[in-house]
Amino acid sequence: MTTRLLAQKIVVAALGLALFVSAGISFHRSRNLAEPVVLGPGVTSVKKLGEYFAAIRGTVNDCNLYFMEGREPGGTMLVLGGSHAEEPAGRLAAWLFVENGTVEKGRVIVALSANRSASTMTRLGGAYPPDFTIDTPSGPRMFRMGDRWTNPLDQWPDPEVFIHYPSGQELAYVDIRNLNRTWPGRPNGTFTEKTAFAFMEMIRREKVDVAIDLHEAELQYPVISTIVTHQRGQELATMVSMMLTDNEDFKIGTEFSPLTLHGLSHREIGDHSPAISLLFEAPEPFLDATRGITSREQLLTGKDEFVVKAGRHGLLFEEIDEKGWPIAVRVGRHTSSILQVAETWSEDNPAKPLAISGVPRYAEVIEKGVGAFLQDVTKAGKDRLAYE
Amino acid sequence: MVTLFYYALVAFVSLLLVVNLVRSRSWERDVLYVIVLVPFLLRLLRLK
Repeated sequence: MTTRLLAQKIVVAALGLALFVSAGISFHRSRNLAEPVVLGPGVTSVKKLGEYFAAIRGTVNDCNLYFMEGREPGGTMLVLGGSHAEEPAGRLAAWLFVENGTVEKGRVIVALSANRSASTMTRLGGAYPPDFTIDTPSGPRMFRMGDRWTNPLDQWPDPEVFIHYPSGQELAYVDIRNLNRTWPGRPNGTFTEKTAFAFMEMIRREKVDVAIDLHEAELQYPVISTIVTHQRGQELATMVSMMLTDNEDFKIGTEFSPLTLHGLSHREIGDHSPAISLLFEAPEPFLDATRGITSREQLLTGKDEFVVKAGRHGLLFEEIDEKGWPIAVRVGRHTSSILQVAETWSEDNPAKPLAISGVPRYAEVIEKGVGAFLQDVTKAGKDRLAYE
Repeated sequence: MVTLFYYALVAFVSLLLVVNLVRSRSWERDVLYVIVLVPFLLRLLRLK
């Protein structure tokens, strides 16, 4: 090998090394970024999902479960954020409960990263930002931007066809890594099925009365700005929808979970436990196929001229204009909806009340911003700090 | 088992790419091999 050829190879190899190192650092940080959680006044204990199913213990999906016990007994509500980690309003709304909420009656259990594995990567080929930042009075807080599916590093390979258990229904092959297609899970199934099974065990053992799964949807998807409910929650969801639409200046509908569509939380949690299962969908233009630049700004402002244009052509199931769908609006919809469920549930079930305070509602989140309700990490004692 | 086989395959292809990189005489091919090699190494080290 001549000196010139050797020099050429060293230069090219150095270029490759630079690419490898920069990409590797970004991916490593994305997978390992520790998101601090300030335990608010209402958090009485933090448990792990693995406590309910040993196969999950110590894995990437052994997520934190924040227990908020009321001073008085009552019902039990589960709030799931991060079933789909690319839908950050669901995670952030749950975050506001953990950092601000106090439970007077009953008990609230919150998961911020229901499928934690899915939060450790972004969509392959999707050009997603690996993270996003929310400004708070005490400084910026960084969060992982995740994906819809479990990280292939944690579950691989995908089959040609995904046969849902126990229904036997054929679903899209990739959804074998989708937590919201693998309910109720099974103990000897795939990693994602085991995660769903662990949650079902928790729901059954903790005697959860109402399970709420927080999501966001693209505007081209018909199930949007709505509460999807199991048949046992129809009355509750309809009343919540009416109350919110009347009192809170935003429209939210109700849809009934199809009896024969399997794998989703609103169907299977209700079918396989005594809990009423509800799923909330807020609009997220970031997920629309016709979006423009897939940036942090688009994620947080929900502004996108191409999605607006799609709306002008009648291609959307939700309205959008130049104001977009800011993250505060999407988070506020979720916090108000959860609080309204607690209130309506308590009216219908006076023997099992749920009384929650300290969590901002829709108008307050919009007025002050999400960051106003994220607490100062530096002022939290070590015993009042957890990490996602 | 299939995962082990998969990673063995990734390692083997990575090795082939490195061998080709060393043997090649054209800088265009060198660049091609290096760019193709990056995702293989990232997967081998379980970074993505």
